[in-house]
Amino acid sequence: MSPALPAGDPAPPDGALPASAATGADGRGFGVYLHVPFCAVRCGYCDFNTYTATELGGGASLASYAGTALDEVALADRVLRTSGLPSRPVATVFVGGGTPTLLPVDDLARLLEGVRGTWGLVPGAEVTTEANPDSVTPDALARLATAGFTRVSFGMQSAVPHVLATLERTHDPARVPDVVRWARDAGLSVSLDLIYGTPGESLDDWRRSLEVALATGVDHVSAYALVVEAGTRMAVQVRRGELTLPDEDDQAAKYELADDLLTAAGLHWYEVSNWARTPADASRHNLGYWRGDDWWGIGPGAHSHVGGVRWWNVKHPRAYADRLARGLSPAAGREVVAGDTAALERVMLGVRIAEGLPLADVPAASRPAVAGLVADGLVDGAAALGADGPRRVVLTRRGRLLADTVVRTLAA
Amino acid sequence: MVDDRRPTVQKPENAELPIPSATAAERIRPAATAPELLRNFCIIAHIDHGKSTLADRMLQLTGVVDARAMRAQYLDRMDIERERGITIKSQAVRMPWGVADASGTVQPYALNMIDTPGHVDFTYEVSRSLAACEGAVLLVDAAQGIEAQTLANLYLAMENDLQVIPVLNKIDLPAAQPEKYAEELANLVGGDPEDVLKVSGKTGVGVEALLDRIVQLVPSPVGDAGAPARAMIFDSVYDTYRGVVTYVRVVDGRLDPREKIVMMSTRATHELLEIGVTSPEPVPTKGLGVGEVGYLITGVKDVRQSKVGDTVTNNAKPAAVALGGYSEPKPMVFSGLYPIDGSDYPVLRDALDKLKLNDAALNYEPETSVALGFGFRVGFLGLLHLEIVRERLEREFDLDLISTAPNVIYDVTLEDLTEIVVTNPSEYPAGKIREVREPMVKATILTPSEFVGTIMELCQGRRGELQGMDYLSEERVEMRYVLPMAEIVFDFFDHLKSKTRGYASLDYEPTGDQAADLVKVDILLQGEQVDAFSAIVHKDKAYAYGVSMTAKLKDLIPRQQFEVPIQAAIGSRIIARETIRAMRKDVLAKCYGGDISRKRKLLEKQKEGKKRMKTIGRVDVPQEAFIAALSSDGGGGKDAKDAKKK
Repeated sequence: MSPALPAGDPAPPDGALPASAATGADGRGFGVYLHVPFCAVRCGYCDFNTYTATELGGGASLASYAGTALDEVALADRVLRTSGLPSRPVATVFVGGGTPTLLPVDDLARLLEGVRGTWGLVPGAEVTTEANPDSVTPDALARLATAGFTRVSFGMQSAVPHVLATLERTHDPARVPDVVRWARDAGLSVSLDLIYGTPGESLDDWRRSLEVALATGVDHVSAYALVVEAGTRMAVQVRRGELTLPDEDDQAAKYELADDLLTAAGLHWYEVSNWARTPADASRHNLGYWRGDDWWGIGPGAHSHVGGVRWWNVKHPRAYADRLARGLSPAAGREVVAGDTAALERVMLGVRIAEGLPLADVPAASRPAVAGLVADGLVDGAAALGADGPRRVVLTRRGRLLADTVVRTLAA
Repeated sequence: MVDDRRPTVQKPENAELPIPSATAAERIRPAATAPELLRNFCIIAHIDHGKSTLADRMLQLTGVVDARAMRAQYLDRMDIERERGITIKSQAVRMPWGVADASGTVQPYALNMIDTPGHVDFTYEVSRSLAACEGAVLLVDAAQGIEAQTLANLYLAMENDLQVIPVLNKIDLPAAQPEKYAEELANLVGGDPEDVLKVSGKTGVGVEALLDRIVQLVPSPVGDAGAPARAMIFDSVYDTYRGVVTYVRVVDGRLDPREKIVMMSTRATHELLEIGVTSPEPVPTKGLGVGEVGYLITGVKDVRQSKVGDTVTNNAKPAAVALGGYSEPKPMVFSGLYPIDGSDYPVLRDALDKLKLNDAALNYEPETSVALGFGFRVGFLGLLHLEIVRERLEREFDLDLISTAPNVIYDVTLEDLTEIVVTNPSEYPAGKIREVREPMVKATILTPSEFVGTIMELCQGRRGELQGMDYLSEERVEMRYVLPMAEIVFDFFDHLKSKTRGYASLDYEPTGDQAADLVKVDILLQGEQVDAFSAIVHKDKAYAYGVSMTAKLKDLIPRQQFEVPIQAAIGSRIIARETIRAMRKDVLAKCYGGDISRKRKLLEKQKEGKKRMKTIGRVDVPQEAFIAALSSDGGGGKDAKDAKKK
């Protein structure tokens, strides 16, 4: 969730979608994102829309949150129907935060039940929750599995104490192998989130984090370069000179190290920052973002996308609860993405994934530039020539690191 | 700031001030004033020594402007002049004044105050203004003493045999040291320190006495009333509504309304649509006689048809010989001006055409730069002229411009004796060169004596030859150097100011040319020559230039997806090299549902930014890098970093 909401057009009070949103909906997957805007403590680097208990007053408490979110599920159902969209069962559910596992398991189960009751789930639906290694127990994980969750994504970030301290993460890294084992024992698929490029992190620190993560036998890893967003406590520390950010070369070296170690351990990249053991281990929910599927984001500050319409909810949990209590859409603004903008978005998202962007989706005027990108070693030549199927733009490892250059070259 | 300049004296409604009565005023009616009753004078002063404020006070005391109509610095019309507190274009104002004769009767006089440009670039215009006068008020800030440019203009006035009246201004300032500087002025102009008048333009103290002194000391003009008219043009201003307004001083004969006149340098004839005096608004008159100063309107639209220094005569009874001292304005400094947005090129062309109407010294030719696109090579009188023109283009025509580093003109003789005039370093010939000549200047530097060593070091570093040195007083020294003009057009003045904590002042005038050992240094980006960065420098400095320019560019040009070598070369010989390492990562690690809109907007912005970049070979160079690299202070400091961010 971005720190500031984008500038867009006003959203209508009833949330109604333009007719264009319904076009082609049958061919697109439908996912639900549920945002849980609570954390026990706020980490210094975090710019997500999240609040600690003391930051929130009445009307938006942890206890009442599931009920409020379910109000939006009901509203979503109403809006989709009245806007002429077909009723589609949900293929993926993703509960993110914040720290979703701060909510009682019963609340998480209630939320999932609400989604299931409203739209139904496709058989074998992927249902993920993020979790903090600190706030789960074997019992809680087992109950999540029973409630229908299939996957858990742990915010491990690092195995190195001084790196975790700089990130202000409070969990004990020694717990990570345990929580992974508990989750797998409960029948859940597991992903670990890692962050590289934290101030003070050496290449060896990063190697150690990767090795610890891989030693758990996990089937999915996300690895993100630390981005210090304006407005975070860490940004202030950097400005004051208390922390020094690594340069882009350091980040590039760490990305390459991650790709080397993960690949050697049998995990394959399927998106710039995501690696999975088999295609079935990839996050289907996240693939929906990059493939241009539809999803409804429930919760304060959550973003949604339905048929080229993107919108985002008001950020503050109290404002969010208040809108829903009055029967209004919590959307703060929206944009209808079309024309060149849609083409740029398609390129920007499509090149991120290993399956690549069909050459047909590259604006005609830019297609000749693909040859240059192949020559520069940014785009895979065989895929671009259609060696194993339709012609596609697939990034090389160098191209993954320079994806923005590729997008700027290929966008109209 | 502005409040300081507000008049603090009231309009002289009290009849005690010596403004001539109505009857007396009749004797000084324009076109019918005996030369004995005329006094033509100018004020020589440094930029901020208070000339305009003093002039304002004179306008008020003589009743020409009342307090309500008074704008601070009435005579400086253009906004830029007002903001910079300097006068670019001169004007003349006629003021009545009365002085009691021996019998105690108040005699009326008409005083023509001719405003002069205060800066070194406009020496020729100053010389013509001085030639229109018989006297000069030498105005010096009582807290600062005389400055080099004032000294240069004082020498010019003395060469023209003007009666010099030394005056110390701003005596109301706590920091004023009138005794000290009175002595300095007395030493310079000859005479007694007691005779130096002390005034305050701000409070008005001493200004009446100064007006009296002007009447007493400045000789009245002398001319032959019966001869064919000869009037000297000392200024020429384009006015949107009235066309060119020409300011003249009549030397012989007279000019009348509706008659045909001849410009003696071009033999062009014009009809005098209007003739008059400014006081301070234009007032049409029945003509102008011997010694009078006024304006002419002929309907021409371009100041080039009414050139400063030219002689105006009657068509019916033309003079045989023009007045002396005329010369064509000659550009000394050249710079390429390019619109940052290439589509603004036609706007720039129109803007230059318009400015040219009011600036006879401005000349330009279209040129094309591989790096910067379409623009103009523009010739200027000097650096201030360049700055003023550039600022007016940006302000009045809303243009964003890149100007290349200013350079001088080189006369190049090839081995086969072909001669080439180079006004753009990138046109410097590649073949065998027999000789290169570069323009030289005679520079005068006034400085507190403690900085003499510092200045010698600076000037020696700029290939200067010390010609002489005089102590004006114990603390102040006049140093005279001959320097290559190329060495002072870029950042010499900035260095002089910073090395002397702002105390030293500089004046220079061209003094011929001289053979020199010069080479052209080219800058190559990934093997491609960037014409905008080529420079002609002395052989001994080529290496330093190459090293500093490549280092600067390395900081200014963002990393590309490939390695970019930056080289400095003389011909095919590489003399310096830096490398911009290849960019390795630009991808945003996280791009989930909530990131998409923001990320897309970022990319759209980058695409817009890329449109503003110039591509040289395959290297994208932001415009800001050109600006920073070509400016004197863009050496990888704050400017450079800002440029990189954009």
